Amino acid sequence: MKRRHSFLVSMLAFGFAFFYIPILSMIVYSFNASRLASVWGGFSTKWYFALFSNKQVLDALVLSLEIALVSATIATILGAMAGIALARFPSFRGRLLFSGLVTAPLIMPEVITGISSLMFFILMADWIGWPGERGFTTVTLAHITFSMVFVTTIVQARMLQSDRSIEEAAMDLGSRPWQVMRDVTIPVISPAIMSGWLLAFTISLDDVVITSFTTGPGSTTLPLLIWSKVKLGVTPDINALATLMVSVVAIGVAVAGIAMNRAGRRRQLDEQMAFRANG
Amino acid sequence: MAAAGEPFLRIENISKFFGPFQAVRNVTLSINKGEIFSLLGGSGCGKTTLLRMLAGFEEPSSGKIFLDGRDMTGVAPWDRPVHMMFQSYALFPHMSVEKNVGYGLKHENMAAGQKAARVREMLELVQLLPYATRKPHQISGGQRQRVALARALARQPKLLLLDEPLAALDKKLRERTQFELMSIQQRTGVTFIVVTHDQEEAMTLSDRIAVMDRGEVRQVGSPGEVYEFPNSKFVAGFIGSITSFPATIVERQAEQLRLSVPALGGEVMARDVPGLAEGQEATLAIRPEKLLISKERPEGANAFQGTVKDLAYFGKDSLYRVVLPSGALVQAHAVNARRGGEGSRAAGWDDRVWISFAPSSAIVLAG
Amino acid sequence: MMDRKGLQRWFDRKGWSNLLIGVPYVWLLFFFLLPFLIVIAMSVATKTATAPPISFGGDYPLVNLQGYARAVTDTLYFRAFITSLVSAGIATALCLLIGYPMALGLTRVSKSWRNILLMLVILPFWTSFLLRVYAWMGLMGRSSWFNVGLTKIWNAIVPQGWAVDFMPMMHSNFAVVLVMVYTYLPFMILPLYASLERLDPALDEAALDLGSRPWQVFLDVTLPQSIPGIVAGGMLVFIPAAGELVIPTLVGDAASPMIGRVISDQFSAARDWPMASAIAVVLLVLMVGPAVIYGHFQAKAEGSK
Repeated sequence: MKRRHSFLVSMLAFGFAFFYIPILSMIVYSFNASRLASVWGGFSTKWYFALFSNKQVLDALVLSLEIALVSATIATILGAMAGIALARFPSFRGRLLFSGLVTAPLIMPEVITGISSLMFFILMADWIGWPGERGFTTVTLAHITFSMVFVTTIVQARMLQSDRSIEEAAMDLGSRPWQVMRDVTIPVISPAIMSGWLLAFTISLDDVVITSFTTGPGSTTLPLLIWSKVKLGVTPDINALATLMVSVVAIGVAVAGIAMNRAGRRRQLDEQMAFRANG
Repeated sequence: MAAAGEPFLRIENISKFFGPFQAVRNVTLSINKGEIFSLLGGSGCGKTTLLRMLAGFEEPSSGKIFLDGRDMTGVAPWDRPVHMMFQSYALFPHMSVEKNVGYGLKHENMAAGQKAARVREMLELVQLLPYATRKPHQISGGQRQRVALARALARQPKLLLLDEPLAALDKKLRERTQFELMSIQQRTGVTFIVVTHDQEEAMTLSDRIAVMDRGEVRQVGSPGEVYEFPNSKFVAGFIGSITSFPATIVERQAEQLRLSVPALGGEVMARDVPGLAEGQEATLAIRPEKLLISKERPEGANAFQGTVKDLAYFGKDSLYRVVLPSGALVQAHAVNARRGGEGSRAAGWDDRVWISFAPSSAIVLAG
Repeated sequence: MMDRKGLQRWFDRKGWSNLLIGVPYVWLLFFFLLPFLIVIAMSVATKTATAPPISFGGDYPLVNLQGYARAVTDTLYFRAFITSLVSAGIATALCLLIGYPMALGLTRVSKSWRNILLMLVILPFWTSFLLRVYAWMGLMGRSSWFNVGLTKIWNAIVPQGWAVDFMPMMHSNFAVVLVMVYTYLPFMILPLYASLERLDPALDEAALDLGSRPWQVFLDVTLPQSIPGIVAGGMLVFIPAAGELVIPTLVGDAASPMIGRVISDQFSAARDWPMASAIAVVLLVLMVGPAVIYGHFQAKAEGSK
């Protein structure tokens, strides 16, 4: 037993070193005074200041956040509707095609999604004059489409776990289907809806390939900006930007993790007290 | 209102198919206002499907349901004056106890103060007033069951459906809760329909029981009727335990039957059952507690000698398995009335004993 | 005419569910299926010098199979397909080799450690994909501390004739596979962990108790039961890796491009939409196989629950 354990533990150590050494190296070099990315030239925070005074970066960040906010919200609404429908209506006309449509974007290579969306927008513009120009709208539409299916997957899985009779109870007590959805279904699966939103938000914020195909001149998102810089090589200001992004995510995940842990512990305590009160 | 003589709830020739599978077969039942009526049967007997059709979650494939004179066909679950207590209780996990109880009142045209008073009244009824602001996961299983009951009663339904109301409780709590349910039913006067697989639960709770098997109702009657006068081998075997033997009817006398029972090695006198003819094949069934066991030959008919093969001591009573000369086994329960060691028992292993029963205790079933 | 009550009745019984199904359905039909059908139609169109640069029918053949003919005969495309599938295959195998012991290790550590380590597996997931690729660009560059260190180690252990000035890591298929393993490893670990965590530890103990050695227990008990996790993880790595565009563009060898890059170049640089579409359709056909296997295992796993 012991020997097997030490092998697994060393594999874990190796794996986490593999995960984090590149990121740590990137963080360290973001404080490098030298312009040459791989030669250490002393400690400096100048790249951070350069970053904050770079209007291009800030504009791109704002645009990315706007697109992510809008697309994640609409994707969550559409995706949750599809997830609830697939979990609650076992048979309806066209269900097979529908379940295919919510799985296909998950396995479709991004390049293909990208070129198909672009051809679609160009041909639509040619045929019906819409969309007039590519930019915020087209990118947002493409993001909604490929991130909503992730929400669907999460919501559907959660719905299949939840006790169907809770919804029946609400219906039995006089609620019409839409009231049941508002009063019971959505509150009960709200954690899944929230994690679906978060996932859709990150997917949108992170996307390069589909955005690069569907965007137009003047609409550069943050990943597109990084993409165009990184293609030319390693630069210290990207190190600084990466460090900031990693820190924000790490802090967010840590806070969420601690909050979830606390909530779980409180719930456990409640249940123990209820058990004792019952005697 | 229902016309005089019309039952409060009438289930008429209800059948339900799920694809090729028939879950409920041509069930007809009449249920009176204010009674506790149980649907009793094993899993898959169709009792839950029948309950779900009453609640409106399933539409019958054929047949009709009349509640208080109104045809319920096509009436949506949310429009039915019928509420249900779910087996899992189905409490809304994100609402407090009082919000749960008050949920149904949202759809009622009542002043806010009236609603609050009604919730209070319900919580008092189930003795949960101190827990009003707790969430379902903060209370015990027994308390959750009472919240579910209060919630289903809050809108004053004409009919309350209870799906295995006691199944999730432990044995001690179950006994106490049984009596609570009965007293709440008496105080509110609501008609209860209980689905259960537990025959003891059905016997104690109900005014009348319908025993179901494979989608069909096999017998309807009071607990005493279905126990003492089962109409079939299935009902006799499902409720309580039974020992049964093939028999032939030899003679019909005044209110009595004489049967030949080869397994017992003789003839048996039993109370007359209408519809049986001389010479017909029948089944003789006897409940273990109706069998008397003694070392000396008792007076009267229906006494047979055998040997104690096995005995199980349960404390308040003992179960004897007596083997007869024909090789047949008979089970007999005897109360251990006296206190003491070995001597307190009526008989020990390998003792020669007499078993006997009164003619009125013998159940004779056709076939 | 329907009155208000009838309308409400219709909405409660039918309209509501139709709305719930219909809205996302129509959205996906319009924004996903229609573009997809356009790709298929485009793959048999003819390239023109107009804008948009294609034509169906008219002076041109209605169904032009040239794109497909070139996709399967031209060695450039054939090599790109092979490079992509082989790279994705190697990356998947390496992810499995590294990810399996890690996932198994995660099930063996104490509960509080497990939560922290799981969070550390997921954390890179939430950081930018592009920046994770970028982090390796920094490490692999010829003057980086990592490359210099590796070069020193290499020169110390190999015969003198093999000594090098630096490790030629960047712009190679090696770099592509390495970065694929790095970016997709969490996709392998998480489903593996999910399937290993469900296993009853009593099964291991029972096998040990019946006289098996630990490695036999692994082969006889643990491994067979984790096959659904292996398949799920494998597909989650292989499918995106095979169509990858970002990694080969940044760290790959421009002389032997992967198929994702070929599609993108044909589309944007060469403006040959029919060719790009034909290659895309061939790639999708190649991926249907793994996807069907995945779906089959998924259905089996759900059926056994």
